[in-house]
Amino acid sequence: MWKTRIAAPDQAKVGESIEIRTLIAHPMESGFRLDSVGQPIPRDIITSVVCTYAGREVFRAQLQPAIAANPYLSFFVTATVTGTLQLTWTDQHGQQAHAEHQLQVTK
Amino acid sequence: MRWPISVFVLVVLVAGMLLSPHSLGQSEAPPASATPPPVSGYHYQSEQEQQLQDDSFANPGLLWVDQGRSLFNRATEAPSCASCHETAGTFQHTATTFPKWHAPSIQLFNLERQINHCRTTRQALDPLPYESDALLGLSAYVANLAKGNRWQVNFAAPQLQPHLQAGRRYYYTRRGQLNLACHHCHELNPGRMLRGDRLSQGHSNGYPAYKLEWQTVGSLHRRLRDCDVGVRAEPFPAGSTQYLDLELYLAWRAQGLEIETPAVRR
Repeated sequence: MWKTRIAAPDQAKVGESIEIRTLIAHPMESGFRLDSVGQPIPRDIITSVVCTYAGREVFRAQLQPAIAANPYLSFFVTATVTGTLQLTWTDQHGQQAHAEHQLQVTK
Repeated sequence: MRWPISVFVLVVLVAGMLLSPHSLGQSEAPPASATPPPVSGYHYQSEQEQQLQDDSFANPGLLWVDQGRSLFNRATEAPSCASCHETAGTFQHTATTFPKWHAPSIQLFNLERQINHCRTTRQALDPLPYESDALLGLSAYVANLAKGNRWQVNFAAPQLQPHLQAGRRYYYTRRGQLNLACHHCHELNPGRMLRGDRLSQGHSNGYPAYKLEWQTVGSLHRRLRDCDVGVRAEPFPAGSTQYLDLELYLAWRAQGLEIETPAVRR
């Protein structure tokens, strides 16, 4: 499966805004390029990235062919409860990659 | 007062000797470092590219380093690399000793060849093809362990001399339809624009590197193939003797620079 990276703080205070940074190795082949003998290279892209926090969806992104290879995404989430941040990348064929991060929230 | 013409001729001769590919005699040990002082390709990148390289999370080359780390510790098909090599201590600096002379097989080894040698002789596995994600991962991981260190190759070793000479010859030989040598871009014109790109001194201290142009990590030999294609010459295969010799000469040129793997380059 694809290589992924996720970075977020391990601990946060209630109400604090935390940054989540994600990276995944993927060719993001646009479908507009030709190979060395002039044949089109079929499109192969990640279409969606979803982040859930303690089971609730908090972030969703739709990726398009113009996004470069190995997409990097960073976004902010407000810390509320101790729980798992779960990232799911889905490609156009429905294949998925997952990454998790435990977040400890204190008052 | 006007200088006599003979002084001018002498200066030209001395300069010519310094630049001449033949100033390194057969038996002569190479000088301690190349002139002028080497400047890493990092300094020829834009600020954004430098930031991307320095970012310990977002540098995309680290995806390959991560993969290399897990392959290094994986013991499913064979004893893991880690079962012989401890990553702490001396192994951390292993990448700084390549390219090295491998006495048992009487040939020059770069990191990739060493990894495949280990796989076939110690792990009874098939060698990995050049530019496969697994070989790029392993070599990027091992080189990344040595990040911040300088090359420790003993360039004066007698067995390396023919390879160093051959690499140097390659560096100064004009090739391709454009009839250019490495030297013309990377020694005479670094810092100047070549169409949309800024020429660097062409040092090898960041490889395997993440090239924005490739949108992936690639080996030094892939980069060398690109240079040869760029001057419209027939490139040699990755892992060929020609490129290994050149890799040795490039390491000699880059003495004093720190290893940056995985570097980010345009």
